[in-house]
Amino acid sequence: MTLTAPLAALGANVLAALAMVGRIALFAGDTVSHLFRPPFYGREFLQALLHIGWLSLPVVGMTTLFTGGALALQIYAGGARFSAEAVVPSIVAIGMVRELGPVLGGLMVAARVASSIAAEIGTMKVTEQIDALVTLSTNPMKYLTLPRVLAATLAVPVLVGVGDVIGIMGGYMVGISRLDFNSAAYLKNTMDFLEVFDVVSGLIKGAAFGFIVALIGCYYGMNSGRGAQGVGRATKSAVVAASVLIFAANYILTELFFSA
Amino acid sequence: MIELTDVHKSFGPKKVLQGVTLSIPTATSMVIIGGSGTGKSVALKCVLGLITPDSGAITLDGKDTRKGDRDAFLARFGMLFQGGALFDSLPVWQNVAFRLLRGSLKRPKAEAREIAIEKLRRVGLKPDVADLYPSELSGGMQKRVGLARAIAAAPEIIFFDEPTTGLDPIMAGVINDLIREIVVEMGATAMTITHDMSSVRAIADNVAMLHDGVIKWTGPVSEMDNSGDPYLDQFIHGRAEGPIEAVR
Repeated sequence: MTLTAPLAALGANVLAALAMVGRIALFAGDTVSHLFRPPFYGREFLQALLHIGWLSLPVVGMTTLFTGGALALQIYAGGARFSAEAVVPSIVAIGMVRELGPVLGGLMVAARVASSIAAEIGTMKVTEQIDALVTLSTNPMKYLTLPRVLAATLAVPVLVGVGDVIGIMGGYMVGISRLDFNSAAYLKNTMDFLEVFDVVSGLIKGAAFGFIVALIGCYYGMNSGRGAQGVGRATKSAVVAASVLIFAANYILTELFFSA
Repeated sequence: MIELTDVHKSFGPKKVLQGVTLSIPTATSMVIIGGSGTGKSVALKCVLGLITPDSGAITLDGKDTRKGDRDAFLARFGMLFQGGALFDSLPVWQNVAFRLLRGSLKRPKAEAREIAIEKLRRVGLKPDVADLYPSELSGGMQKRVGLARAIAAAPEIIFFDEPTTGLDPIMAGVINDLIREIVVEMGATAMTITHDMSSVRAIADNVAMLHDGVIKWTGPVSEMDNSGDPYLDQFIHGRAEGPIEAVR
């Protein structure tokens, strides 16, 4: 092995990663372009909306409920070190709507939806259903990808909004039952310190995360390898890539929205 | 008339098609035979545009298949896939009427369902199958549904990819007879790929033998047994010895 071998391997990996980014960017551009070119498959869009939005509600709701409760306990314990226990309601509210609601909502949807989209489309590819669509004069990008991406982009902000409310309620329940907060004072503190842009920024993040989740699920499904192993690998890669991209997009959007 | 002229296609270092030249006259049934992995499916998918050839020309009635209105081009075709390729999420009748429920051939839902049931009847399935899902059907029934979908929009050209693979001999015979009947009845141009010799004799007007990425022999099915071509002879008689290497 020569001394340059590790560098060559590193270079090859970097090039492969950049090529992947390029392919995903082209895939995203192709998907969005179909939004402006008929036909549009409304039935598939509504089905995707039901699957991605409505059916993800329980998992997002449970996640944010427990996180809101845990957040209240943590802030109370941490705040007690410098006599700042009173900030619990406002920090729970701001933390949920700006950060935890969108990120946790996005991650739970990534786990549930990116995997199922990648597995479904991957199986369709392996069993020649994608080829069958083409021979039946139906563009798979229009029929499979666009409805899912559009549905996720619209549904995840709604999930995030509902998750925010449930998360704040989780904090509220812990606050009044375990931390001896007055109910009316807790709610007043929550509302007084929460600004409209806190909520809006979280919803915009939700839309971006929804777009990422469905796009990545579709990309890996459409590019799935052959057989059960190929579909399994596509599913795993979709969840990992969607999760990492959610964290990356979260940082970029936070910089854009809140950096001084 | 479908014409392939000097068509090449490689996947990485693997050269699959190395100059395929073949003509399929209108309203005739061409069966392409050859061993597994010889590029039969690739040739068929190149015609449909599912795979883009590296070089060579493919024309339909003298026009380049890669140019012009793609929807209009595909509307002339029906295809039966090897595994059926039925859409799991749709009931049988919507699979059959898929092309009639959307796009340029769209019909009212009730009419599309009626046509689907008629096509199901044509392939020997009862109307009560219409509301089942593909996963509720046996392999033979799925093939029939796939066949009904292929003929639903009365295409001029029908492709059959390994139509009898995975079926018992009786069901294979039934499917072969159905294909022959339908192709004759519709006056369609048919292109079938198979290595099932009973299918070849039941379906073909003409036969082409694909090996090593080129057509080794082509001619009427009646001349197949006396072709004098060593590749074809070895293949149709299923002999281990001959010019085609048998990996053991």
